[in-house]
Amino acid sequence: MSELLHVSSSPHVRSKVDTSSIMLTVIIALLPAALFGIYNFGPHALLLILVTIATCVATEAVYEKIVHKKLTVKDYSAVVTGLLLALNLPPKAPWWIAVIGGVFAILVVKQLFGGLGQNFMNPALAARCFLLISFTGRMTDFTVPGGAWGNIVDTVSGATPLAAMKSGETVDLLSLFIGNIQGTIGETSALAILIGAAILLLRGIIDFRIPVAYLLTFSVFALIFGGHGLDFYYLLCQLCGGGLMLGAWFMATDYVTSPITSKGRIVYGICLGIFTGLFRIFGGSAEGVSYAIIFCNLMVPLIERFTMPAAFGKGGKKA
Amino acid sequence: MKANTPAERLFNGIIKENPTFVLVLGMCPTLAVTTAAINGIGMGLTTTVVLAMSNLFISLLRKIIPDKVRMPAYIVVVASFVTIVQLLLQGFIPSLYDSLGLYIPLIVVNCIILGRAEAYASQNGPVASIFDGIGMGLGFTMSITILAAFRELIGAGTVFGFQIMPAAYEPATIFILAPGAFFVLAFLAAVRAKIMEKKPKEEQKPVHCMEGGCASCSNEACSGKFYDNTVVKK
Repeated sequence: MSELLHVSSSPHVRSKVDTSSIMLTVIIALLPAALFGIYNFGPHALLLILVTIATCVATEAVYEKIVHKKLTVKDYSAVVTGLLLALNLPPKAPWWIAVIGGVFAILVVKQLFGGLGQNFMNPALAARCFLLISFTGRMTDFTVPGGAWGNIVDTVSGATPLAAMKSGETVDLLSLFIGNIQGTIGETSALAILIGAAILLLRGIIDFRIPVAYLLTFSVFALIFGGHGLDFYYLLCQLCGGGLMLGAWFMATDYVTSPITSKGRIVYGICLGIFTGLFRIFGGSAEGVSYAIIFCNLMVPLIERFTMPAAFGKGGKKA
Repeated sequence: MKANTPAERLFNGIIKENPTFVLVLGMCPTLAVTTAAINGIGMGLTTTVVLAMSNLFISLLRKIIPDKVRMPAYIVVVASFVTIVQLLLQGFIPSLYDSLGLYIPLIVVNCIILGRAEAYASQNGPVASIFDGIGMGLGFTMSITILAAFRELIGAGTVFGFQIMPAAYEPATIFILAPGAFFVLAFLAAVRAKIMEKKPKEEQKPVHCMEGGCASCSNEACSGKFYDNTVVKK
């Protein structure tokens, strides 16, 4: 009570939410997907996750030490970047790919542009695309490592369900939803990702507008252009397959690289949906989420400019 | 160093006003052909020849060319030399001709060449102009060869076709694709800027462009960053 009566200048009511608490919540929300990935793909996945996070944090610390900037390791943003990047790596990727990706994400995409809040692209996704172009073979090799507790049931083909669908095969929706399929470490289980998304939504960390607009637009696009007519089984497979869920709930909603206006968020989600659909259905590759997101990251300043609401008392509709 | 002497022109082109890293001209060939060191040096030397010859002739013709049609006139001069060089390359170094491809005729519109014609050769004598062309050309050659060598080393593990990296090294393909050119260019430009960094300037004082200083101004983009640079120069 005495604190409430304390006399000071405004603001008097402060939120306890700060960068590190938000980032911690994101990490907790990512844990189901990460744990499922480790359960699914075995100890090498755990190693990759640890190496990527360690690299990201170390790169941030070393860079900030060298250029005499304030150490921002404690805000956990580098941990989030590392974790997201690791979840985007194929389970068999060698450890040095994780190191290169981590250094690229933090050094080139984040720190060189001014650190947290200044990066114009999602560092984890930019690093993933960098790795994908650099080491195409290794980054698209989804065969499962023989591991002590790798739990993938079906190890016959190395193709991801999305690639299988692209070549006309049918896939099992339930295993797509649960996640015992090929893919990157964190993207396979739609269920685990949705649990994490629920945590983020309930804690008010992310705005539902971006992912909902994204997924809806993508659904409409896939129904119209997917070539399967009104086939909802196909649509659900497209939604649960690949990196769409992880991208929509965790990557597209990154504060720094998504619009701040609520109208803009819807526009941004629609753009994401259209580009993902274009890349997936008309592109050469089966997957297009990461390219769609970093491409739309670049459009965010434009979107914000056109959706900025008029300040109270200024402008508005003429009577 | 005395201005407009051959040595000064060479130094100016190679170091002080390096066309790639300082003037940031001629980005199209810089980014496009630097996938291998041999292409870089081939492109650079080809451009150097064209640059020196066109500078010489434009300087000789500078009093004859009417001001209004100077651009078309420069283009004609440059295009003639590019055609000559192109035919020579096709005849004598067909391998280089093949790997540079379209970028040889595109030398005509290389902005280094038109830039030097406009900025230097049209106002200076033939001797200084030819050395200006050679200096700029060598600066360009050096920059894009270094750029190409780095890209080739990281992207293919070789330099000038010789294996440098150990066999276990896995080349990062992105470096011989378009994005790699930007990464390496930015990195090299930053390194050059760091090396050539001058001593800190005198403290700059904001110039108040209106009465009452910045307090009465609504230009938030400026916020006292409007410096008077003439004060700094000694």
